[in-house]
This record gives sequence, structure tokens and C-alpha cells, in this order.
Amino acid sequence: MRTRSVIYQPHVIVVLSLLVVFTVAIVSFSEAAGGFLSTSLVKTLGMTLCLCLVAIAMDLVWGYTGILSLGHFAFFGLGGYMIGMWLMYARTEQIVIEAAAGAPLPPTPQEIQDAIGTQIFGVVGGSDIPAIWMFAGSLPIQLLLVVLVPGVLALIFGWLAFRSRVTGVYLSILTQALTLALSLYLFQNENGLRGNNGLSGLQIIPGAEDVPQSRISVYFFVASAVALGLGYVLSAWLVSGKFGSIIRGIRDDEARVRFLGYSVEHYKLFVFTLTAVIAGVAGALYYPQAGIINPAEMAPIASIYLAVWVAIGGRGRLYGAVIGAAFVSLLSTWFTGGRAPDINLGFYTIHWVDWWQVLLGLSFVVITVYAPKGIAGIFDVLSRPAKTSARPVKTAEKARAS
Amino acid sequence: MQGTEGVTPPFIIMLRSLCLALLCLSVPLLGPACAQPAPTPIEEILLQNSDLIEESSRRTIEPAIAALSESGLPEAADVMIMWRDKELWRRKSDGRFFRIEPTDDRDTYLMKSLVTGEEIGPIGRRDVDQIKPNSGIRGLIDGALVQFQLTDPNPSVRRASLDSLARDPSADQLPILRRAIKNEAEPGIKAQMARIERLLTVRFDEDIEARIEAIESFAGDLGVDVRATLNPLLTTVRKAIREDPDTENVAATLTPGTDAFSYDAAYDFLVSQDLAPKTINAAARDAAIVANIENGSVAGIPVATLDTRLARDAAYDKLTENGAVSPALTEAEREDLVDTFNFFDAYREDPQITEAVLGTIGAINTKVRLNEMADLSLDALSLASIYFLAAIGLAITFGVMGVINMAHGEFIMMGAYTAYVVQLFIPDRTLSIIVALPLAFLVTFAAGVILERLVIRWLYHRPLETLLATFGVSIALQQLAKNIFGTQARPLTAPDWLGGQLVFNDVVAISYIRIAIFVLAIVFFVLLLFVLNRTRLGLEVRAVRQNPRMASSMGIDRERVNMLTFGLGSGIAGIAGVAIGLFAKVTSELGQAYIVQSFMTVVVGGVGNVWGTLAGATLIGFLQKGIEWFNPSNTLAAQTYMIVFIIIFIQFRPRGIVALKGRAAEA
Repeated sequence: MRTRSVIYQPHVIVVLSLLVVFTVAIVSFSEAAGGFLSTSLVKTLGMTLCLCLVAIAMDLVWGYTGILSLGHFAFFGLGGYMIGMWLMYARTEQIVIEAAAGAPLPPTPQEIQDAIGTQIFGVVGGSDIPAIWMFAGSLPIQLLLVVLVPGVLALIFGWLAFRSRVTGVYLSILTQALTLALSLYLFQNENGLRGNNGLSGLQIIPGAEDVPQSRISVYFFVASAVALGLGYVLSAWLVSGKFGSIIRGIRDDEARVRFLGYSVEHYKLFVFTLTAVIAGVAGALYYPQAGIINPAEMAPIASIYLAVWVAIGGRGRLYGAVIGAAFVSLLSTWFTGGRAPDINLGFYTIHWVDWWQVLLGLSFVVITVYAPKGIAGIFDVLSRPAKTSARPVKTAEKARAS
Repeated sequence: MQGTEGVTPPFIIMLRSLCLALLCLSVPLLGPACAQPAPTPIEEILLQNSDLIEESSRRTIEPAIAALSESGLPEAADVMIMWRDKELWRRKSDGRFFRIEPTDDRDTYLMKSLVTGEEIGPIGRRDVDQIKPNSGIRGLIDGALVQFQLTDPNPSVRRASLDSLARDPSADQLPILRRAIKNEAEPGIKAQMARIERLLTVRFDEDIEARIEAIESFAGDLGVDVRATLNPLLTTVRKAIREDPDTENVAATLTPGTDAFSYDAAYDFLVSQDLAPKTINAAARDAAIVANIENGSVAGIPVATLDTRLARDAAYDKLTENGAVSPALTEAEREDLVDTFNFFDAYREDPQITEAVLGTIGAINTKVRLNEMADLSLDALSLASIYFLAAIGLAITFGVMGVINMAHGEFIMMGAYTAYVVQLFIPDRTLSIIVALPLAFLVTFAAGVILERLVIRWLYHRPLETLLATFGVSIALQQLAKNIFGTQARPLTAPDWLGGQLVFNDVVAISYIRIAIFVLAIVFFVLLLFVLNRTRLGLEVRAVRQNPRMASSMGIDRERVNMLTFGLGSGIAGIAGVAIGLFAKVTSELGQAYIVQSFMTVVVGGVGNVWGTLAGATLIGFLQKGIEWFNPSNTLAAQTYMIVFIIIFIQFRPRGIVALKGRAAEA
């Protein structure tokens, strides 16, 4: 029944149709189609769609299952690294082969490898291609790794954590520690991912150098929109049926669900791993548009921001996550980009570049304390509460806290 | 070349001498006699060696230096210093020596007595020669001077000369030093002399027995100088000979073809010793092939097929057959050549010496390693006390109220900035620290209470959301600090008495700041134990932690207890901020650097227990230093491994080292 009904749920219909309208509008007004939207704006919007996708994943794991993971942006970054490796390797390989074409002798495979190694790793003082790059030349394998690396990492970590029943704040800190460890690991030059230089030049797609960036940006925008739409429908499908009831039950009272005979750990592990995979896919779409990825992107604070988006948008409902991510990230870009008008108070001028973080932090406090339903809570006020969306969980948590 | 007499009128000389004589009443009031005093004994010696000094040749100068240094005259050292510093001038007419001072008159100098520095009179510039000893002679004079300094009545001169001797030792100082030891009365200097004498003996003595004895006397000595003296004795030189190396003091034989010493390395070594022809490497061979391309092929092989190493080697061989290029030795040939040699590293020193050194330095190294362990433990202890200070406030709020305060790091930062502001107003460092510690506590206590009243008390039933709300506070505070204090680091200077370090020996040392932080951590540990276990507030805090409802029923004001607890935890963060600011840079990101470690300290240690935090901080501090010990160059890797370790640790003790038991744990 639910497979049939998921598409008819009002919020799915609204979100999907808005997404379609938005995508069609952006594509038709883009620079590539002769419109007025600049390439960089299209890229920013495409990246925002990816952030919305990872926010949905965060909402699934936090808003629905109650696991406040402070590590999902790390999975996002891992996805980006996996696709970035192919982009960088394949492009460098082309450059090297082109350069070798002018040489008197045709290059040996070893020479090509050495040249690629020097090109990519010269910046960290190496020339050997590390073992983790062994599949970097193959797009299908790297695409598979986009899914596998975050998935397997989440599976192992989740299995360890849930098995020993680490919950609540402890789990949050543990995921934060994982994120920190991962970013510290990537920061090291000798670990084969170019240290704090990260991977760059990702906006150029190997084999499509002749295609202008304006067109590529549109392709990625559409791909991001499709991924977001699929992710939304998948998540809506998951949370609408029995599975959704069980994970919400875990969120509200884990012990009771366990006593009802459900294997709580397996459910949590499944959601944790699945959302890590979604985050990885979102990252793989995001970073070719951003053009560069480095370990700073995966610092623990990024994952906390992810939670902030979901909380501001309204957790426990999928469209809330989408709204939050789109709203806060676009607003952030606007304010920190220096485009917001300064406010002159006479005795002091508020430069938003300096004060945006303060405003964000404080508004976040206000929303958490006074509007725990987030922006999406407005819809509750406008209409009667939707039955499918998550109910606030005050009573259960109150019982646990006391 | 005899110059003309000076043109200064005699009465001027008289006048000057008179003035001088009036100044120094001891001198007889006889002008001419004052101008030409009889030679003092030291001048006599100089006069006797006048020609040698004038000749200024390194080969012949020794008797002159010896005559001076062995004269036993007190002013000999001064004269030698003057000589070395080119301040000695010789009058041509009679060969006597003076000091000279330039005058306003272009043609004359002012002569001064060597010994007393009295002005004697003007002299024509052409009538004196400056004695300019060359560097060789200056070295000889320096060497001779050492003995004067070593026997100088002033102990600080003796110490200084010993220090310079230890810095820059040479063989000829050894007998001088040995003589000086005999006459040294002060035990401290005598011991130091004896030590340096042994070091010099190790390096320069010609008697092997004496050297060995000196080497063995250093067993267990941790001094850096000892290791610096002994280690060079073990330097080796790599050799390759066809015969058996029986006559050599072999340190290690090298077998070509092993991991440590490949055939390529062996062959390269032979090439560097001119024992084998140069290899024609791949790049050179490729260049040769490129040079022989004719009509798109090399020796009949099309260029397009040369895209593997094998094909290129085949082409090169073809070229060799044609005689176009010189043949490259094949790998087998090179290995055969290598195999005809014995490769080994040989010590430069005599076997008896190296044996003694190896034995002594082995013992020293063992001791050094033990001391390094001790040093590392001190480091770990100080790191642990920093983590303890940073985390204990968090542990209190987390343990008692179940609230994770993400803004804790910003409270640490706030404390550091408070201390910085205090320093702006109170220049005296000691006083400003004394003021800053309680003030930082008050400021962050107030901030904590405000945060609790405004935000946290609304979220007690939603613990995960306090994490996010306080995170909002954290980014707002961080940006505020940036807006107020700018992004660059602000200095927080420790008072002078906290500068420097406590040195146990050449290996073990700890800075006073770290000791102070350690003491501070202990003070707060004891204080908190006292507050929590012996005061009314502590009782109430524990009651609320164990069962909030029951505590309320008993008349405990939960709100008040929570507020005070949160304030206390935040206040301690402020104190920690002052301590951390003393050695780290005060920036708006100061707190961020410690927050994750603090969380881990709390989680590993176990929540709601001062002892748990102590255990957690100790474990993490020692762990981090321990991992750094294995991989000293890479602190990033050390942190990574530590976090991974902690994640695994949590698997086995999910509630930390010191876990609460019973009903309190379920609260």
C-alpha cells in the first residue's frame, strides 16, 4: 500500500512539483540557454540542492531515528573525495598523455604513471601514486566507492557504537571524534590525499573539456535536482510505513521498542549506513560544482552546521530539512559574500560579514528554545498538523530526562 | 728607514707630563723621567724578544710567547691580549713597546705605557710600527692565554674560560688544563675542570690506555657534551675492497642484494669510488635512442613501437651492435662486478677505542632512554593537567545536569581574553595574573549563569538540543570575540618568575609554567572534591544528580543548584583559559582547540565524577604523549590514532573509566 501511496502524500507532491518547476525555471533562464542567470549562480543553486539532499539524510538519522550524528558531513566529504580522485587522476592523465605526444619517443606506461604522480603529488613532495589511488583511473569503480567508502565506514562505526549501546550525547561526541579523526587523517600530507591542499580542479570534467562551464553547471544542477528528488521520495517512502513507525519509536523510547521485540541496533545501523551513503552521493555531486575539496570542509564544525540547518528548518519532517538547508546556506552565502547591505546605526555600522555568525548563532538559540519545530512549524500554524509528519517528542524525552 | 724627529715642541710634552703627574701624585714630579720610565720587567722580556715579535712569523714566534707566558708576571696576560688585539706598537729607535692613541695632530700619536696606561708623550707616526700578528700567531697567543685565564684569581673568569674551552676544544689545551687542575682550589671549578679534562683526553690524548680509561669513566653520564664527544668516535666510512677486510675495524659488513643495501646502491658506490664504469641509466639510453632516430625508426625499429622499456632496451642493444653507442653493462654483469667486492662500514678509530665507546655509550643510551621516559611522563602529566582543567567544568555540568555545553570552549577563550584585558590595565605581570584568575572566574561564572537562565533551563528535558543551542552560543561568542579583539593572536605574558624551566639533567626538564598549571590543576581537584563532598552546595548538587525529583521533594531548590553548578563549571573554564593563555596564543579559536579533547576526557573518564575526569585526563594525556613517542614527527597522526583508540575504548567501557553505578547511573 505504501509504495503506491508515497507519491500521493501531499508534501511529496508539493516538494517534487516545486523542484520540477524550480529546475525547469533555472535551466531555461541559465546562461547556457541564453538566460540571465550566471554560471556561478547556477552552481551555487546546484550545490544548495546537494546540501538539501545531505540535510534530508541528517533528518532521517536525527529527526526520525533520534541519533544526533555529528559526522554526516564527513561522509559527504568522503563522497566528494572519491569522485574527486577520478576527476583529478583522469584529467592529469590526459594532460600527461598530451604532453608526451610531443616527445620523440612514445611514453612507456611507467613514464606516464611517474608523470601523473609528479603532477598530482608534487605539491606534497611525493611522486609515487599511493595505493589508495589504484582505482582512480576507473570511473565506474570510483562511483562505486562514492557509495561504498562512506557506507562501509558508517557500517563499521555504527556496528561498534550501537552494539555497545552508546546513545544520546555520548554517541554525538563519538561521531564528532570520528569526524575529527578523519579530517586530521586527511590533513596529513603523507596519507596520499594531498594533505591540506585537498583535490582541486574538479570543475573540469575529463573528456568534456570542450563543453563550456555554463553548460556543465546546468548538467550538474539537473543531476543534483534529480538526486534530491529521488532521495526525497526514497526517504518519504521509508518513513511513511512500518519502518518509519519503528524508527520513530526508537527515537521516542528506545527501550520500549526493544522490549517489543524489535532489533533496535539493526534498525539504527541501517538508517545510519543508508544516510551515510546518501550523504556520500550528495558530496559526489557537490564537489565537482565547488571545484575544490580539502580536509577543512570535513572539520567537525561542518557536521554541526548540518544539524543546525535541519533544526532551523524543522526536524522530523523531510521538507523541513530541505527548507532549512536551502534557507540557511543561501542566506549564509548572501551575508558572508558581502552582498548584504550594511546597517548604519549612527554610532556603529554593522558589517554583515562580521556579524552574520553572531546573528546565526543567536537565532539558532532562539529557534531551538522557542520554536523547536523550526521554520516548518509555520505550516502547522497555517494549517492543521499533518498526520504523517513527526510529532514533537516532548513527553517521551521528558520521561527519560527525569 | 729612520724617520725625522717629531715636530711637537718640547714644552708641550713637558706640559702634558706635568698635568699627568699632577693627576697621579705617586709619580715623581720629574717631567722627562715620567716620559721615559725605565722598562718594567715585562717590558724587559718584550725587549729581549723584540726582534722575534717584529718578525711576526709563526715558525719563530714560540720562544717569545713562551717567555711571556712563563714569566709569571701578573701583567703578562694583559700584554698578550694587547698583542693579540693589535694594540702593541714598537718604537723603531730602541725597539721598546708602547700603546698608541691617535691624536688630532696628523703626524703624531700619543704614546702610553704598556703596563700602567700612563701617557708618555707624542711620537711621530712614522717612528712606530704596529705589531700585527697573523691569525696563526693569534691562535698561539690564545692558546697560551688559556692558562692565564684558567689560573685567574677571579673564579668567574676561570669559569668563562672553561666554558669557551668546552665549546671549542683543541689538543694543545690538554696539558694546560691538566696543570691548572693541580692548582685549582675551588671544588666546583675543579670538578668541572676534571670533567673537561676527561672529555679532552677522550678526544686528543695520544695514550690509548688513558683515552679508554676516560671513556669508561663516563658510563652513565647523561651530559649532552659526553654524547657529543663519544658519538663522533663511532663514525664510519664505507669501503669496498677485493681482499678480506682483516686489518680494518669493521663496524658492519654489507651484503649486496639485501633490503638495506641493494645491488644498485652497491654499484653506485663502486662508481663513486671509481671502481666501476658509470652506468648508462634509462634516461641516458633514451637520449641516445632519440639521438639516433632516422626516418622515424631507430636501427630499423619503428619509433612508434618503443612504448615499453623492453622495446627500448632492444633498440639500444641494436644500436650497440651497430656501434652507434657504447654498450651498457647488463644487470647480470653489474651484479657479477659487485660480487667481487667486500663491502663494509669501517670505524675511523682504533678497535680498542670503539669497543670502549660502544660499551659506554650503550650504557648511556639506556639511561638516556629511561630519562626520556621520565621527561615524557612529565610532559604527559602537564598535558593531562591542561586537559583536566579544560574538562572538569564540562564534567560538572554534564555530570550533574546532563547538559553538554558546546560553548565551554568559548568560556575558556573568555577567561584568556579576560586575563589579556587585565594585563592591559595592570602592567605588573605577577599582580595582573593574581587579579586575572579570580576575575576570569567571575566573568565566566556570570556568563555561565546568564546562559543557564536564558537558554539552558528551558531545555533540561531536551538534552540533545542543549548541545545545539549552546553550539549557537559558541559560534556567536566566537564571532563576537573576533569582532572585538580582531583575528590576530593577543599576547598573554607570564610573569618572569614563570619563565625558564626546571632542569633536572640534560634530558629531563620542565618549564615553570607547566609546573604552575599542574599545581593549579591539583588545587582545583582538591577544591572541587571538598566542595562536592564537604559543603552544603556539594550535597545538594549530588542529590540533584542522583534523583532530581526526590531532591526537590526534600526542599532543595533545583533551579538554584543547577544555576550555581553551571556557573561553577563555567567559572573553572575561565580559570583554565587563563592557564592555557599563558602558553598558547590567545585567539578566538583558542577554545575550539580544546573542546573536542575535553569532551573525550569527560566521556572516557566517566560522567559526573571528579575522579573520573582525573582518570580521563591522565589517560588521554599519557596516551597522546605515548603515541607521539612512537612517531615524534607527526602530532596529527598521534591525534588521529588517539581518537581511534578512544572510539574503541568506548566499546569496552561505554560509561567511562569511573562509571556511576546503581540508580544514579540511570538518571
